[in-house]
Amino acid sequence: MPKNVKVYSTPTCSWCIRLKKFLKENNIEFEDIDVGSDRERADEMVKISGQMGVPVLDIEGEIIVGFDRELIKQSLGLQ
Amino acid sequence: MYDLIIIGAGPAGITAAVYASRKKMDFLVLTKDIGGQAAWSGDIENYTGYQFITGPELAQKFEEHMRKYNIPVKEGEEAIEVKVLGEEISVKTNKSEYKSKTIIIASGKRSKELGVSGEKEFKNRGLTYCATCDGPLFAQKDVAVIGGGNSALDAALQLIKIAGRVYLVNNTPGLGGDLIMRQKVEQAANVVLFNDSRVLEISGSQMVESIKILKAGKEESIPVQGVFVEIGLVPNSAFIKDVEKNEHGEIKINSRNETSIPAIFAAGDVTDTPQKQIIIAAGEGSKAALSAFYYLAQH
Repeated sequence: MPKNVKVYSTPTCSWCIRLKKFLKENNIEFEDIDVGSDRERADEMVKISGQMGVPVLDIEGEIIVGFDRELIKQSLGLQ
Repeated sequence: MYDLIIIGAGPAGITAAVYASRKKMDFLVLTKDIGGQAAWSGDIENYTGYQFITGPELAQKFEEHMRKYNIPVKEGEEAIEVKVLGEEISVKTNKSEYKSKTIIIASGKRSKELGVSGEKEFKNRGLTYCATCDGPLFAQKDVAVIGGGNSALDAALQLIKIAGRVYLVNNTPGLGGDLIMRQKVEQAANVVLFNDSRVLEISGSQMVESIKILKAGKEESIPVQGVFVEIGLVPNSAFIKDVEKNEHGEIKINSRNETSIPAIFAAGDVTDTPQKQIIIAAGEGSKAALSAFYYLAQH
């Protein structure tokens, strides 16, 4: 079963673009949430991560702030 | 052992890599990120060939250009120490160690911190150093931009379009930066300018709620939900000790991008080259790569 993955990001953040590219390259499906245009989801991101920086990755409830490649690989079981 | 190692992949490092690749050099790029400060910029209207492009888009173009040549890039590898050992130069990173005959330092600059109470505590809790990345989260919210140069004006111009009120806190008598940007900021209806003002403190409970400033000897508290620190930059040059630097920590170079150590070249914002511009960094990167190439041809 593929894991439920959500990415909270803004269209202008270069780390967000890189994170999403990385997930796509690894064939990971994810929900792409633009917190710049969706206030409610932005509040949700602040609530789950306790902070306002993007990107935020939610992997089945495990919250990763920023593009932490090693941590993401570990959490998704990637090589 | 490589012919060349390029440290950094901003406009200078990427351009150096494109040139090194076209000279068929055996080289490697070690970098923390791709695009450098260009990826953090807002609207760019002075990079020849693009009448208008955003920072992230231009960084993307740079990267595509670099990828076209299959350039070996180790992303996420930050240089920690550079040492000269006779004929070889060793570059130690957070992950490994590499040896090369020449290197180009193109590690750029990073944001300077305010050094006031609450800054560390509220980082990413309303306080940020990247208006381009985090700006959209502050839609309709009141924010403060700290600084008065081009970076601050760039941040203010991005925020004017999305935020509520934008307080610009500048510690000099008048704004610096380019006139064209200054005029746009001064004409915006939602900007409140505080000249000759210094930030004393950032406060809040879980997130930023206000800043305290000192203006003409008087303390004033401004309620804001966002603080954008844009007070300038410091060079990422601490990993190389022996090379000559100026009083700002910028690596001294000559017109051929040579540093005080043979076989070590530098380019872009990490150097003492006057004017920090994307187009200048790119040009300097190409010069540095050609200098390294000719150095190898002669040695």
